Amino acid sequence: MKYWLRRAGAELRNEVLVLPSRTLVLLWVVAVLALPLVYGDAYVLRILTMTCIFAIFAASWDLLAGYTGQVNFGHALFFGAGAYTSGLLSLKLGLSPWLTIWAGAAVALALGFLVGYLCLRLRGSYLSLATLAFPLIALGLLFAFPDFSGGELGISGLRRLMVTPVANYYVAAISMLAIVFGLWLLADSKFGIVLHAIRDDEVAARASGINTLQYKMTVFAIAGAAAGFAGALFAHYLRVAGPSTLEVALSFQVVIWGIFGGVATIYGPVAAVFILYPLTEWLGSIPGVGELRLLIFAVIVLLVLLFMPRGLAPWVRDKIETQCPRCKQRNGSWKIVCRLCGAALQTQVTRAQRLVGHQ
Amino acid sequence: MLQDILVTGLVNGGVYALLAIGFSLIFGVARIVNIAHTAFYMLAAYCFYTLLVKTGLGYLLSGLISVGAVTLLSVVCYRLVIEPVREHEAAVLIATIALALVFQELMLYTFGGHFLGIPSTLDGSVRFLGVSIPYQRLLILVVAGAMLVLVWFVLYHTRLGLAIRATANDLEVANLMGMNVHRVAMATVAISVALAAVAGVVVAPVYVVDPFMWLAPLVTMLAIVVLGGLGSMKGSLIGALIIGYVEAITVFAVPAGAYLKGAVALLIMVIVLLARPEGLFGVAFEEER
Repeated sequence: MKYWLRRAGAELRNEVLVLPSRTLVLLWVVAVLALPLVYGDAYVLRILTMTCIFAIFAASWDLLAGYTGQVNFGHALFFGAGAYTSGLLSLKLGLSPWLTIWAGAAVALALGFLVGYLCLRLRGSYLSLATLAFPLIALGLLFAFPDFSGGELGISGLRRLMVTPVANYYVAAISMLAIVFGLWLLADSKFGIVLHAIRDDEVAARASGINTLQYKMTVFAIAGAAAGFAGALFAHYLRVAGPSTLEVALSFQVVIWGIFGGVATIYGPVAAVFILYPLTEWLGSIPGVGELRLLIFAVIVLLVLLFMPRGLAPWVRDKIETQCPRCKQRNGSWKIVCRLCGAALQTQVTRAQRLVGHQ
Repeated sequence: MLQDILVTGLVNGGVYALLAIGFSLIFGVARIVNIAHTAFYMLAAYCFYTLLVKTGLGYLLSGLISVGAVTLLSVVCYRLVIEPVREHEAAVLIATIALALVFQELMLYTFGGHFLGIPSTLDGSVRFLGVSIPYQRLLILVVAGAMLVLVWFVLYHTRLGLAIRATANDLEVANLMGMNVHRVAMATVAISVALAAVAGVVVAPVYVVDPFMWLAPLVTMLAIVVLGGLGSMKGSLIGALIIGYVEAITVFAVPAGAYLKGAVALLIMVIVLLARPEGLFGVAFEEER
């Protein structure tokens, strides 16, 4: 026991606290888990629960769009499919929401396979614009059969997962942490490296013996399942699954979160949701500013983009960390030599060297 | 019913063609997926409404001023917002989404969310093949046709058009041949938004004007452009007519068709993409390395 404690302490000191970015992530996890104990205001909890749900959604988009470069403009399809499946099953069949959210994720997984299969031959802008169509086709079908889907109003009166706001918050927060860290691990594994390769050069990846088609479909399915899970949580939290879960606005919203945070990072879009969603809600609650909140949101996004075109997270990371030129490991920006291989990080460049274009 | 389908399909197809050709043009030349394209169409409709109803200028004058003002605004937006992030494709994408949101919210704040009606430019109707076509719809058709001819003339019979086509074909080589590709991109933005603005002005009296009127045509326009092949003018024109007719047939011939028209149009796009991933008239993908 004592050994394990000491081991954990050493891990923390040597692996987490040495890098400012990892320290930030640790602080964020602690804050997410500890917040209701410190500050239990129902309104704040409500906003943060929604933030957690949307963070899952944004992270799943990033796995698909950032890593394989299949920029999905119709990610709301999976969110809406999860919401409607879970809602209909629990309302019409009377199943427990704890079961139906998995059914929602499973349907979204199947849809992910389907959309991924249909989009295999498309790439770039064609793929983006074609995927935009899928949630709208689903929306058209829902409106055409209002008896089944509730039409414009959606299906309301769903059961919540938990009774108290704090418990609901923990359900969302723990699912979010599990899924986001799961996606992050996946993206950091060999699987993720293959995805990077597919985005950068699909022909070369195929020539290296990678079944790129299988990978692309799998990623679509995984991203779809995660988004569907988020959608199901959303439906049971708000107790309504409506057409707004399939609308273009939601698909665009996730694209904004993803790119604002920085693609192909997983943590970037999550950070973007945690900054932008509470910000818009807070702006909406100020009298007089409320009507302008989307306007302010859009202007902030535009301004941030002008200064950080690669997104927020990569920009911050470059400010607080440097990469070792020899072993490619990351170091805190205050370090003079690399913490792992001892190579000099901040070489003094003289004026003369700069003039002749050294480095 | 057949005549209704024929006429409605042609009129809607004309409007879609104006939008889709502009979008296609700007994608071909500058590789910008301009989500804000139909937001400019919405702005033109609002501008037309303000000038016509609030200040009481004539139809022609307010139409011309609206098109001019919106085109000018698009060039300013391009210089301020799009040009600084041109290298980052993703950033350009959300910059255009954010621009569209800014316009939508500004209009929502200034005019409110309710529908605004514009009095019809021309009253009366003509009977043709047993259907009565209001002059207003005929005007849309005539203006759309005239604009298409004008664009064709500019693209194929002027030096600017030559430069635009060359840049669309190969940006680097066009640059090496001494064309100012930034200037060409800006001119293309102006032309393409002017087309969208014209569409906004002519349809404003037929449809209602509201801050969310850009979303529905945006989706249809994207479907058309993908269907016809990105960057292809001919493809956009034919795609616009196909989608215009498909929508008209769905609305008139299928029960609950008004809800399904978007879904059917998008389904057609998906089917075409499955058969021909580069669209009807798009160039086949070259493997970019």
